[in-house]
Amino acid sequence: MLWDVTVIGGGIAGLCAAIAARRGGAAVRLLEAAPRPLRGGNARHGRNFRLTHETPLDYVPDTYTAAELRAELRCTTGDTDRALTELLIERADSIAGWLIDHGVHLQPPGTGVMPYSRRTAFPLGGGKAMINALYATANRMGVAISYDSEARSLQRAKDEGWTINVRSAGADAAIRTRSVVVCAGGPGADPAWLREKFGSAAEGWMVRGTPYSDGRLLDLLIAAGGCAIGDPTTCHVVPVDARGPQFDGGIVTRITSIPLGLVVDRSGARIDVAGAGSQPTHYAKWGPRIATCPGQLAYLILDTDGLARAAPSALAPITAPGLSDLAAMLAIDPAALLQNIDHFNATPANAARTITEPPFAAYPMRPGLTFVHYGIKVDPTMRVVQADGSRHDDLFAAGMIMAANVLRRGYLAGLGITLSAVFGQIAGEEAARHVRG
Amino acid sequence: MSAADPMLEAERVLRICSACMYCDGLCPVFPAIDGKHGFDLSDVSYLSNLCHNCQGCWHDCQYAPPHPFAVNLPATFAELRQRSYADHLWPPILGRAFRASSLAVPATVALALLISFALVLGTGSPEALRATHAGEGAFYRVLPWPAMAGLAAATFGWAVIAVTLATLRYWRTIAPKTTISEIVRALPVALSDIITLRHLGGGGPGCHDHDERTSQRRRILHHLTAGGFVLSGLSTIVASAYHHLLGVMAPYPVASLPVMLGLGGGVTMTIGAVGLLGLEAWADPAPSDRGETRLNVAFLILLALVGASGLAVLGFRSTPAMGLLLTTHLGLVFGLFAALPFSKALHAPFRAAALLRAAIDSQRRASARAPDAASDSP
Ligand SMILES: Cc1cc2nc3c(=O)[nH]c(=O)nc-3n(C[C@H](O)[C@H](O)[C@H](O)COP(=O)(O)OP(=O)(O)OC[C@H]3O[C@@H](n4cnc5c(N)ncnc54)[C@H](O)[C@@H]3O)c2cc1C
Ligand code: HEM
Ligand code: SF4
Ligand code: SF4
Repeated sequence: MLWDVTVIGGGIAGLCAAIAARRGGAAVRLLEAAPRPLRGGNARHGRNFRLTHETPLDYVPDTYTAAELRAELRCTTGDTDRALTELLIERADSIAGWLIDHGVHLQPPGTGVMPYSRRTAFPLGGGKAMINALYATANRMGVAISYDSEARSLQRAKDEGWTINVRSAGADAAIRTRSVVVCAGGPGADPAWLREKFGSAAEGWMVRGTPYSDGRLLDLLIAAGGCAIGDPTTCHVVPVDARGPQFDGGIVTRITSIPLGLVVDRSGARIDVAGAGSQPTHYAKWGPRIATCPGQLAYLILDTDGLARAAPSALAPITAPGLSDLAAMLAIDPAALLQNIDHFNATPANAARTITEPPFAAYPMRPGLTFVHYGIKVDPTMRVVQADGSRHDDLFAAGMIMAANVLRRGYLAGLGITLSAVFGQIAGEEAARHVRG
Repeated sequence: MSAADPMLEAERVLRICSACMYCDGLCPVFPAIDGKHGFDLSDVSYLSNLCHNCQGCWHDCQYAPPHPFAVNLPATFAELRQRSYADHLWPPILGRAFRASSLAVPATVALALLISFALVLGTGSPEALRATHAGEGAFYRVLPWPAMAGLAAATFGWAVIAVTLATLRYWRTIAPKTTISEIVRALPVALSDIITLRHLGGGGPGCHDHDERTSQRRRILHHLTAGGFVLSGLSTIVASAYHHLLGVMAPYPVASLPVMLGLGGGVTMTIGAVGLLGLEAWADPAPSDRGETRLNVAFLILLALVGASGLAVLGFRSTPAMGLLLTTHLGLVFGLFAALPFSKALHAPFRAAALLRAAIDSQRRASARAPDAASDSP
C-alpha cells in the first residue's frame, strides 16, 4: 500500500497533522513509537495552552490579543523566524476552536481549582484527556494508527515519495508513502544524546517527559542534509525530586517550594541563585544551577513552617526531628549543614524566613529536562529546509522538533502545546495539498 | 510503587493527585483535596463515597500504569468505599455479612423465598398455588393479608432502621462540625447533585463505560433503575392507601394509580437494571474493583428479578400461574428489603451524605474567598 501521508510521532503535533491531512482527503498512516497506554508524547503532561482572543469565551476569561502575544514572544525568545512567528500568532486565535471541533473538551473558568488565566485554556481532565480525544477523532476519521511502531530510517524512494523503515514488536517492515510529516518531538530523552551534548554532568539528569521522544529522527534529518536550528546546549531544566522516575515524572515531581527554605549541595554548602525570586520562573533558574552541583544533586531543607506553606508534593519529604538526624539521613556532613543553616538564619534569603522549627524536612533534587532549544529548520509550509537552502516538496516537520524556529531561548507558559498543535495542523494541510493537489 | 494496604495506597495516590490536580474539573473529589498534605481515615471515607466512579480520572491520568506511579484512583476508591460500608453498618456485626455480600444477599433472598412459599403452603393448600383466583382480594387467597402485611412491615422496617442508623454512623465519621443553618443552606445544591447525579457527568461529557470514550449511558440507566425503584415504592404506598383508606382490595384494575405506577416503575427498573448489568459485563476491569463489581451485580440481578416478577404477576394475574408468580415476587421483595442494609443499596445514602458535605465545604470555600464585608465597617 502506498500511503498519501505518513505522520511519524503521535504526540499533539502528529495528531493535529494526521487529522488535518485526513480532512484534506489524504490516506493517512500515523506511527507512534510508544505503546498505546503511553501514547501522546509530552502533551500528556501539559496542563494548559496559550491562545489569543478578543473577547471572553466559554473557556477563557477576559481578552488576550495577538499584539500582546507578539510582544511577549519578542521579549522572551529573541531572534526568531518572523514568518513562522506570525503564522503561530495568527493560528493561536483559532486553535482552541479547532481542538474543540475535534473532540477536545475545555474547562470553563471558575470550575475546579485551576488558577485564573486569560492567556491559556485548560483541557478538561488535563493533557492526556485531550490526547485521548484526538486519538478517538483520528480513529473515527479513518487515520490508520499503529502503536509500538518506531520509524528507524527514512529513504527517498526511486519513483515517488519515501520508504520508512518501521520497527514494530521487534520486527522491521517498510512503509511506502507519498509524503512524510515528522512530528517525533524535540531531542533530549536519549541519555546518550544528552551525554554527547552536555558531557558527563548529564548523567545525573532526569527527563520530565516521554522516553520515546529521543531525537533520533532529528539526527536522521540532519544527517541527510537538513539544516539544524538553535543550540543543543540551551534547554529548559527545573529542579525535580531525585526520587522520582527517570522519565515521565511530568509535573508532580517538580520541586516548587525552594523559596520557602535553603538549598545545599551534598557537602552541605549553601547554594543560591541570584535573583531567582519566587515567581514561577524561578524553577527554570534553579534547574541549571543544580546541574552544576557535584553529582547533579542538591537538597532543599525546610522547617515545619516552611513545609506547611509548601504546595503538596507527589513524594513525601524526608523528615527528621533534628537537623543532625536529617543530615545523617541525607548523608551530608552534619557540622557543615548546621553551620550553613545558622548562617542562613542570620541572613535569610527572604527576610522573614528562618529554619528553626522542628521537625525538619528535605527534598533531594536533580535537574529535570523539559526540552532543548534545538531542532530542524522549516519554511512556512513546514517543509524541512536543507543546509543548502533547498527542500523536498514532500518532507515536512512540525511540533517540538522545529520549535527552535520560533523559540530560540526561554519559554512562555502554554506555548509548547499551542505551537505543536498549530504547526502540526499546517503541516497536515500542506502534505494533503501536496498529494491531493 | 503501589502499596498493599488500601489506606496507605490511598494516601500515596492522593498525594500524587494533590500535587497534580489535572483532573480538577472532572468531579468534586479534586477540589476537596486541593492543597492537602495528608489524608486520614475520615478524609478517605468521605472522598471514596464522593467519587461517583465515572472513571474519568483513570483514562485521563498521566500516571496510570504502566507509569511507575501506577495511579488508579477509581479502583483505590472502590476498595475503600466497600470498607467504609463495612465499617459503618448497623448493627456493626453485619460487617461480616457485608464482607461476603455476594453470598449473603442471595442467601437472604433464598431464605425469604423459602419463608414465603412455606407460608403460602402452610396457610392455604397447595391448590392455592395452582388455582385461578379472580376478583377483589384474589392475592390474599394465595397469601393471607396479615402474613403479607406482616412480612412486608417487618422487612421494610428493618431496612429503614438499619440503613438510617448506618448512614448516621457514616455521617458522624465524615461530617465536619456543622450548624443546622449551614446544612439547610447547602441542601439545595446537594439535592440537585443527588437527583441529577451530576458527577456521573465527568465535568460535562459523561462517564466512561468501557474505554476513553464518554457517554451519558450509565447515568441514564441509573436514573431508570433508581426512578423505577422509587415509582414501585410509590405504587405500594398508594396501594396500601387504597386498601386502608378507601377499603378497596387488590388486584386493582390496570387503569388504576397503583397499577400504573407499578407498571411504569417495574418496566423502567427492569430495563435500567438489565442495561447496567450489560455495562458491567462490558466494563474495563482495570479501573474497577472485583468486590464492588460483585456487589453491583448481586444488587442489579435482585432489582431486575423484583421488577420482572412484578410485571409477570401483572401480566398473568388472571391465569393459574398467578399464585406461583405472586409468591415468588413477594419472596423477592421481602428478600430485597431484608438484604438492603448490607447490599449495594448503602451507596445511595452514603453518597448523598458525601455530597451534602461537599456542598457544605464548597459553600465555606466560597465564603472564605468572598471579601469580608464586616471588616470594612468601622
Ligand atoms: C513535564 C512537561 C510539562 C509540560 N507542560 C506543558 C504545558 O502545560 N503547556 C504547554 O503548552 N506545553 C507543555 N509542555 C510542552 C509540550 O508538552 C510539548 O511542547 C508538546 O507536547 C510537544 O508535542 P510534539 O507532538 O511536538 O512532541 P512530543 O510530545 O515529544 O511527541 C512526539 C511523539 O513522537 C513519538 N516518536 C518519537 N520518535 C519516534 C519515532 N522514531 N517513530 C515513531 N514515533 C516517534 C513519540 O512517542 C511521541 O509520542 C510540557 C512538557 C513537559 C515535558
Ligand atoms: C441518593 C441517591 C443515589 C445516588 C447519589 C446514587 C449514585 C450512584 C452512583 C454514582 C453509582 C455509580 C458508581 C457505583 O457503581 O457505585 C451508582 C450505582 C448504582 N446505583 Fe445508585 N445512587 C442513588 C440511588 C440509587 C437507587 C435508589 C437505586 C436503586 C435501587 C440505585 C441503584 C444503583 C445500582 C444498582 C448501581 C450499580 C450500577 C453499576 O453496576 O454500575 N441507586 N449509584
Ligand atoms: S488522577 Fe492522575 S492526572 Fe488526575 S489528578 Fe490524579 S495524578 Fe493527576
Ligand atoms: S472516578 Fe470520576 S468521580 Fe471518581 S475520583 Fe475519578 S473523576 Fe472523580
